Amino acid sequence: MDILNSIGLFLQSTVQMGTILLFATLGGILCERVGHLNLGIEGMMLMGAVIGFFTGYHTGSGWAAFIAAAIAGGFGALIYAVITVTFLGNQIVTGLVLSIFGTGFSSFVGLPLSTVTMPQSAMAPFRAFKVPLLSKIPVLGPALFEQSIYVHIGLILAIFMYIYINKTRFGLNLRAIGENPASADASGININLYKYIHIIVGGMLCGLGGAYLTLVYVPLWQDGITSGMGWIAVTLIIFSSWNPIKAIFSAYLFGALRSIGFKLQNIQIPKIGGGTFILNSQLLNMLPYIMTIVVLVIIALRKKREEQPPAWLSLPYFREDR
Amino acid sequence: MQKYDIELINISKSFGIVKANSEISLSIAPGEIHALLGENGSGKSTLMNILSGIYTPDEGIIKLDGSEVKFNSPSDSIAAGIGMVHQHFKLVDVMSATENILIGLPGGLFIKPKKATREIQAVADKYGLKIDLSKKVYEMSVSEKQTVEIMKVLYRGARILILDEPTAVLTPQEIVSLFGILRNMKASGCSIIIITHKLNEVMEISDRVTVLHKGRSIKTLVTSETDMTELTTLMVGKPISLEIKRTDAAAELIKPLLEVSDLTVLNADKREVLDNMSFTLSSGEILGVAGIAGSGQKELCETIAGLQRAASGDIIYKGQSIIKMNPRDIIKKGITMSFIPEDRLGMGLVGGMSVIDNVILKKVQMQKGIIVDRKAGKKAAERMIERFGINTPSTHTIVRKLSGGNIQKVLLGREIEMNPELLITAYPVRGLDIGASYNIYDILNEQKSKGVGILFIGEDLDVLLGLCDRIMVIHSGKNMGIVDAKSTTKEKLGLMMLGQRPDDMAS
Ligand SMILES: Nc1ncnc2c1ncn2[C@@H]1O[C@H](COP(=O)(O)OP(=O)(O)OP(=O)(O)O)[C@@H](O)[C@H]1O
Ligand SMILES: [Mg+2]
Repeated sequence: MDILNSIGLFLQSTVQMGTILLFATLGGILCERVGHLNLGIEGMMLMGAVIGFFTGYHTGSGWAAFIAAAIAGGFGALIYAVITVTFLGNQIVTGLVLSIFGTGFSSFVGLPLSTVTMPQSAMAPFRAFKVPLLSKIPVLGPALFEQSIYVHIGLILAIFMYIYINKTRFGLNLRAIGENPASADASGININLYKYIHIIVGGMLCGLGGAYLTLVYVPLWQDGITSGMGWIAVTLIIFSSWNPIKAIFSAYLFGALRSIGFKLQNIQIPKIGGGTFILNSQLLNMLPYIMTIVVLVIIALRKKREEQPPAWLSLPYFREDR
Repeated sequence: MQKYDIELINISKSFGIVKANSEISLSIAPGEIHALLGENGSGKSTLMNILSGIYTPDEGIIKLDGSEVKFNSPSDSIAAGIGMVHQHFKLVDVMSATENILIGLPGGLFIKPKKATREIQAVADKYGLKIDLSKKVYEMSVSEKQTVEIMKVLYRGARILILDEPTAVLTPQEIVSLFGILRNMKASGCSIIIITHKLNEVMEISDRVTVLHKGRSIKTLVTSETDMTELTTLMVGKPISLEIKRTDAAAELIKPLLEVSDLTVLNADKREVLDNMSFTLSSGEILGVAGIAGSGQKELCETIAGLQRAASGDIIYKGQSIIKMNPRDIIKKGITMSFIPEDRLGMGLVGGMSVIDNVILKKVQMQKGIIVDRKAGKKAAERMIERFGINTPSTHTIVRKLSGGNIQKVLLGREIEMNPELLITAYPVRGLDIGASYNIYDILNEQKSKGVGILFIGEDLDVLLGLCDRIMVIHSGKNMGIVDAKSTTKEKLGLMMLGQRPDDMAS
């Protein structure tokens, strides 16, 4: 029973970690589906994290914080969109700069916040709650049905996004833009409008991913609190083949890798030939990144047409060019 | 006064220093098929892209049913009932035909694929188009892609249809059925603008024809009141002869060059795409290859060039077997291959690099040392531009920016600049204007008289008969026989292409 219990707890923290990654990955998918590679995910997450915390601290309202975090992420994405969509700037450089900007911005805004705590009233809406009956399911119950509403929003969003991309007219146009903007353009789609909207909404989701840390998971502000999760999300976009449903699984898988790091810290492992050996936390924290490299190698071997990136990813499009 | 659906008045458009269109006027009457004729780079595609809202004209006005309109984007043009099938297809590869047709269409939030497919199929049936709507574009042949593009325009209910070189990549049978569809559409009241380099098509399908030359509209003629010679003269700017002069290489230059014996090549499904093929080619000779598209032409070219592996058989070049050599060594031995594929885009040039760099790319193979000799490259590029009449602002222009036909001239010109001893060329005049095509024939003849052996994969039987010394006919990867081009007939070649052997035929 004890074992089951700790597995349950492990899964619970897996899902929490995974939620951060899920929001960021979904945001990235939306952006990449219109053909824009945004390496600014880490920056937008940090902007969302700090503005969310800032708003929660000052207003005492959790939902105000939630909305502010989304706006902050969306604002970062807007800058990116102006440069890459309107001025056809290099997407890779712009994304990297956005990450650096977001990091700096969050440190600046967060300076007076590192010593304060979030008012209870702001945390209240996001407290974990038990879904009646479902939370009684052994092991999986607490993992999925004893969580913050934030976690459920992430899951529902992923499902909605899947339907949006694959079943609706907007989704079809969106995919066409990412695959072949010239074709979408010639078909009469206002591609710049589509790009702006999806890049900005994508940024909002990234901001929400970051804010989960400062509003629910920790909930405190620390400098660089996302600790590279934005970069992992960049890989997860690929790992999930730009598919929101697969994004749920990949985000949770990486969530597990991160929680395992916490759980196994300082466990003593007997060495062959006497003595013990401590798995140190630095080593364990490397786990997701090692996995990232493994994933990238596996992905490079994928050949199926439907699993390839949007064909126009990271390329600029100008109508009168050829 | 005559009523027009569309009037283009004094349209001008420049790209940097290139004046692609200058003061072009064109009017399209309701229910007419209007052909647009002009050399490569004369601005045909540019003008049509202006009409479909992709390019904004620098000057000039567009009138629709007599009143002026402004097209700020393709959606404006679509709303006006104009639909265009582009020279280089604009389709999304990973999507099915149905999805491609639905892109950008208004309608309910959710797509209903079954219902849409049924509706599209009904339109296709109405015009007699054969199409598999569930097939993904990347699995389609060029003519299937073409059909999807046409369907896309028809389904939107366009009343003015623009077709930019639709026939360049189609087989003769496919062209016949395309023309049938165009006549159907005309009968139902659509106006059609068609661009083609083939004069016989202009004569056959169009009601009127407008000739462009160097970005200007020269003249609009009623097709039934003109002839091919007049059109050519207007188009090129001077009279040219439409005859291919067969030259002969000096007898002492004629030596055995290439011997292919029992060559068998399998495709990925282990089916024979070349089946026990044998033939010889001597220097100073042009050996034509005729056959229905997809009979093994591509595999033959690629196997000789070392890009595909043979299952059995041998290829002897100047007494030495080259069947196991890699492409690089084969190039060093003096064999070059140029294949103009059906899509004409993915064809061995780097689109984002300049003309000169594309030439150097190939030349580098022959150089020693690690420093690229750019001077020699520039010379070669300049010589090539001059010799092939390539229409480009400079040697530094990015290849992708050239017009379709000019891109092709770079590809072929680069191979000939290598001074090969064996030149393999497939469909070298696809999409080239008449003047350029005859220029290519002249250059091939000139190479031949220098003692170069040429394997010429062709489509047009008249050209094969006029240019080649002997013609080999292939059918599903088999050699049906080699005939003397001077004494054979088109009918005989046609039968052989369908799989008959010459000795089975009563003469
Ligand atoms: N987007 C562009 N950017 C730069 N130059 C261009 C562009 N589009 C066309 N041009 C130039 O304008 C000229 C006319 O090109 P266009 O494609 O209209 O010729 P075309 O008559 O269609 O020729 P072809 O028969 O070879 O297709 C060419 O010199 C071409 O290089
Ligand atoms: Mg053209």
